[in-house]
Amino acid sequence: MADIVKKATRESFGEALVELGAENPNIVVLVADLADATKVENFGKAYPDRFIECGIAESNMVGVAAGLASCGKIPFATSFAMFSAGRAFEQVRNSVGYPHLNVKIVGSHAGISVGEDGATHQCCEDMALMRSIPGMVVLNPADHYEMKAAVKAAVEYNGPVYIRLGRLAVESCNNNDDYRFEIGKGITLREGGDITVIATGLMVGEAIQAVDALAAEGIHARLIDMHTVKPLDQELVVKAAKETGRIVTVEEHNVIGGLGEAVAACLGERCPTPLARMGVQDVFGHSGPAADLLKEFGLCAGGIAATVRKVLRK
Amino acid sequence: MDAEKLRSLQLTAAKVRLGAVTGVFNAKSGHPGGSLSSADIFTYLYFRQLHIDPQNPKDPGRDRFVLSKGHCAPGLYAALAQRGYFSPEELERLRHIGAMLQGHPDMKGTPGVDMSTGSLGQGVSAAAGMALAAKMDGAGYRVYALLGDGEIQEGQVWEAAMFAAHRKLDNLCLIVDCNGLQIDGDVNQVAGIAPLDEKFRSFGFEALTADGHDFHSLEAAFDAAAACQGKPAVILAKTVKGKGVSFMENQAGWHGKAPNQEQYDQAMAELNAALKELG
Repeated sequence: MADIVKKATRESFGEALVELGAENPNIVVLVADLADATKVENFGKAYPDRFIECGIAESNMVGVAAGLASCGKIPFATSFAMFSAGRAFEQVRNSVGYPHLNVKIVGSHAGISVGEDGATHQCCEDMALMRSIPGMVVLNPADHYEMKAAVKAAVEYNGPVYIRLGRLAVESCNNNDDYRFEIGKGITLREGGDITVIATGLMVGEAIQAVDALAAEGIHARLIDMHTVKPLDQELVVKAAKETGRIVTVEEHNVIGGLGEAVAACLGERCPTPLARMGVQDVFGHSGPAADLLKEFGLCAGGIAATVRKVLRK
Repeated sequence: MDAEKLRSLQLTAAKVRLGAVTGVFNAKSGHPGGSLSSADIFTYLYFRQLHIDPQNPKDPGRDRFVLSKGHCAPGLYAALAQRGYFSPEELERLRHIGAMLQGHPDMKGTPGVDMSTGSLGQGVSAAAGMALAAKMDGAGYRVYALLGDGEIQEGQVWEAAMFAAHRKLDNLCLIVDCNGLQIDGDVNQVAGIAPLDEKFRSFGFEALTADGHDFHSLEAAFDAAAACQGKPAVILAKTVKGKGVSFMENQAGWHGKAPNQEQYDQAMAELNAALKELG
């Protein structure tokens, strides 16, 4: 069993790039004046010739990444999710997605846990935007080990990938020796037959606390870490629906267009099942300390446990 | 350039114009005006300037061309067909269901197309990325991108221009097809872009001018661009929208409209007469 570490997934992302950069000379990193925030400064120090500072111009950065990919490079175009997935959406769609180029779009500081910066920077639409592009893989890893494995998988996969990074430190949960990351295959972290909680990214850690607290009350919830939001692991979702009869999804994202809606579409077509979608309920965030905001929006262990109890009472 | 080479380029350009108009007519839609204003530029690039091999369209060492003004695909396709990338018969299926030739360039489906384009302003960034890749790899290939003068209004063009100059991409050459017209009318009445040469110079470019329908003038500009060291170059090519078809010339209305049968017959008669005159 690997050590339990408490670290923000953006840190793990930066570490993974430095390691992978040593063995793969085609990896290049593009930044838009946010190298420290996206944790790619060490890549720049290790491989200055493969580190491309683009300044505050995300649309151009994504286009440059497309050109580099067409010449055999594996570019990681990094910024806050609001800008890499949001501002540059059309460049991602037309210059990367349509020609299916091998560009990795990276969005840090997604969701309301951006905190004090407020609504303009709290991107809760990035997964919806990236999911809507044909052929785009959408990854939202939960912890240190999962992020490192996800970055490696993204390098090995030939095509466009969106990777969502977390800003807050999270305790690792995927440190088991038998942990294996595969794009499109969710991880069952807790077995249970009463209900299933499907969480992604930062919410996985909160969901573990919630599920463990519920177990003490005699409620046995299954917990799935859905690190790949697209393509969705439909088989795992349908199996959970058939075996547990109720589903709760949790994401730090608008309930429109993200994990919850992907699960709802899957269940609606394949296995209609009572469902509650936790997330940002189609509103903008606002300024405040991240932990307080997450509590206010119910995106915390207590909020998840309360929703599970409510769904079970219905 | 000797007289024989000049005549050969003029003949090819006439065929490119015929191909572009044929494509748009058969598609019953598309963009003849800019395809015709760019026809001599396409011809010069594909028959004089680019180091390419139509038998090996993915050669990693080839020069690249990005049609940033992707709507002028009929002109590009006609040049690629003339150069031998695919059969000219494909032009008759332009924009049809299942056709290789899409309404805007598709690098995955069409041999010889180096970047998918169509949404204006994005091609310069991609071309800069290609030029940067060449620098990183110590490769000798050069990258060319063609823009419209209306397209210059897109902000991303200037993000990319700053990037290319900052990175000293002297293996990058932009060409602006200055035909002076966009969909809503005269470019400088819609949203003025002048003075374009001073703008590009202040962004760190070597700015050159050319008559976009004169191969001697284009040759001088492309040679000067290739000799430019330490900074990217731009060729501002003065052109006539719809060049070669009398009723389309200098008419904004022919930006994105297909000719009807009668108009097509007249266009073909004019273009065939020009071809015959060249012998």
